[in-house]
Amino acid sequence: MTATVPPKAPTFLGLPTAPRGVGHLRGDQSFPDAARGALRDGQLRANLGHATSTIRGKRARVVAELPDWAQLREAGRALKAATMARLDDHLEELERQVTARGGVVHWARDANEANEIVTRLVLATGASEVVKVKSMATQEIGLNEALEAAGLDVFETDLAELIVQLGDDQPSHILVPAIHKNRAEIREIFARTIPGVDPGLTDDPRKLAMAARTHLRERFLRARVAVSGANFAVAETGTLTVVESEGNGRMCLTLPETLITVMGIEKVVPTWRDLEVFLQLLPRSSTGERMNPYTSTWAGVTPGDGPQEFHLVLLDNGRTAVLADEVGREALHCIRCSACLNVCPVYERAGGHSYGSVYPGPIGAILSPQLTGVEDNASLPYASSLCGACYDVCPVAIDIPSILVHLRAEHVEAQQRPTAEGVAFKALARAMSNPRLWHLAQRAGKLGRLLSRGRPTLPNALPPPVSAWTRSRDLPTPPRETFVEQWTREHRGGRS
Amino acid sequence: MSARDDVLGRIRQALGPERATPAEVTRDYRLTDGRPAGDPALLELLVDRVEDYRATVLRCSPAAIGATVRAALDQGLGAGWTAGDVVVAPGLAEAWRPAGCDVDDDRPAVQLADRAASVTAVAVGIAETGTLVLDGSAACGRRALSLLPDCLVCVVTADQVVGSVPEGLARLDPLRPLTMVSGPSATSDIELQRVEGVHGPRTLVVVLAG
Repeated sequence: MTATVPPKAPTFLGLPTAPRGVGHLRGDQSFPDAARGALRDGQLRANLGHATSTIRGKRARVVAELPDWAQLREAGRALKAATMARLDDHLEELERQVTARGGVVHWARDANEANEIVTRLVLATGASEVVKVKSMATQEIGLNEALEAAGLDVFETDLAELIVQLGDDQPSHILVPAIHKNRAEIREIFARTIPGVDPGLTDDPRKLAMAARTHLRERFLRARVAVSGANFAVAETGTLTVVESEGNGRMCLTLPETLITVMGIEKVVPTWRDLEVFLQLLPRSSTGERMNPYTSTWAGVTPGDGPQEFHLVLLDNGRTAVLADEVGREALHCIRCSACLNVCPVYERAGGHSYGSVYPGPIGAILSPQLTGVEDNASLPYASSLCGACYDVCPVAIDIPSILVHLRAEHVEAQQRPTAEGVAFKALARAMSNPRLWHLAQRAGKLGRLLSRGRPTLPNALPPPVSAWTRSRDLPTPPRETFVEQWTREHRGGRS
Repeated sequence: MSARDDVLGRIRQALGPERATPAEVTRDYRLTDGRPAGDPALLELLVDRVEDYRATVLRCSPAAIGATVRAALDQGLGAGWTAGDVVVAPGLAEAWRPAGCDVDDDRPAVQLADRAASVTAVAVGIAETGTLVLDGSAACGRRALSLLPDCLVCVVTADQVVGSVPEGLARLDPLRPLTMVSGPSATSDIELQRVEGVHGPRTLVVVLAG
């Protein structure tokens, strides 16, 4: 591999993070700015509220069916921790096994290098179009844009990804990327963008799904190259796994002559047996099903069945920087089930686009800043109420709240100049450790009652620096008297 | 330095010279559901779970599999189908094949899209999750066979049905191309409303013998 690391790649703990200017890990706006627009969109909030509460309910029912869920979850956590501790060995074994079965393994330091490898492999086949299985890793590196820049046509084949692609939109959820669109919006996109679509197409989900089936069917049958991600890769056997529902994955994995799989290095599992844990944890946590409709596994190339050329691209793109952080590395355990999104009160209201990354929600709030370096996604560790619901549902028990706090500290320490918040808390600490100052401050605080005009909260249009707080939080009107004053008044005669 | 050496070097740097020894993974979850393969209660459970995916299950005795496969095709295609609509896995038992139907051969896989239905055996059935596993053997056929025709008929015998996922995976060869099928193709991408059949077979009929 001759590709070079692009200049000025940011580093984190001494290891390069995901490079700037490529892929979808950084938003144009900070989280609070992006969320403000989403919060005003009543349609979006209604869609999200319905979707997340429905999936939450389904998940809870099927998880409760398994008497050994806690043991499976602990095994999943332990398996991931053990895998990370020997990640280099497992990847080398995976490479040996895939190669032994007729596959070709490529290594990519970052998004640019992975995109170059895949583009070169596709061009070498002489094909002009590529069919794709939904994949977080290829979204992360912006592979579609890279292939299109090389003059190739790229077809997303998962229904939701197709909706996002045809609507010139961005995915907003790990599992159901078009969850922010309702049926009427999807009908409009299909009517506008699918050539030769029935003009009488209604917004019935079945009719819409069948329109997508017809649109993609001929592309599957003529496709010569497919690109996929992988949910798991078994080191000891070289077996790759894709978990899906629609069969578009199976189409891509079996019909074309060439299959290129792009996989984050953290997706390796040591042994075949380990899948007995993850294939129970993943479907129940993600779609709330006992098992997803289709799981495909393959090891290298099988003569007479499926692609006769197989390439596996192993992607770093900041993952080793995450691994270097002993607290934060747990984020690499994520199996992309999206259960944490569906329980998160912040995600439910702000929506996936507010996070500015292909990884939204609680896991995105810890994974994206670590992959890019905290300063490139500094607002995300604050996009959380720290309520802990994400930790409770995580099938591999990633302690997301602790990592959020860890990353906040990381961000604060990275500041060269004191922030307004820092100054305020320093002043507060001084006041609170000195009774006389504290009483003075409390008395001064009561002036706020004048601003409230009798309402329970202060107006959010206060001047800076208070506005930094009130634009995203309510500031309660100070009480008429402090606790100490009230105590003194009520106990005056009795005790003293 | 090659990208390979670079990435492996970064991993070693990240883990440090004195990396922790990974703790032993405790497998104290259920490794078996306690009932032997083919236990009548497991068959009941499989039927319940497969029907929950809106697939159809037809039960029969081992001697009646051939007739039941024909009934399954009636169910999936409607009466009036002809042998030319159906293609079967090359290793499917003679007695299970509808008379006159085509046997899958080395034709280009995409030609299977012309057929209305396919019939295959399975390697394993997992009752708890309602999952049938096809392993690319002659009786199960190549992967495209169970993918392109719009109706899939799978024949499962009682001895193939185990209770749990760990028991199912232990019976499989990870070097073969495996397809785990749990109900027909389905999507919930539009307002989470489940629609059967986007790209794979829209109809799944399971013939359960024993």
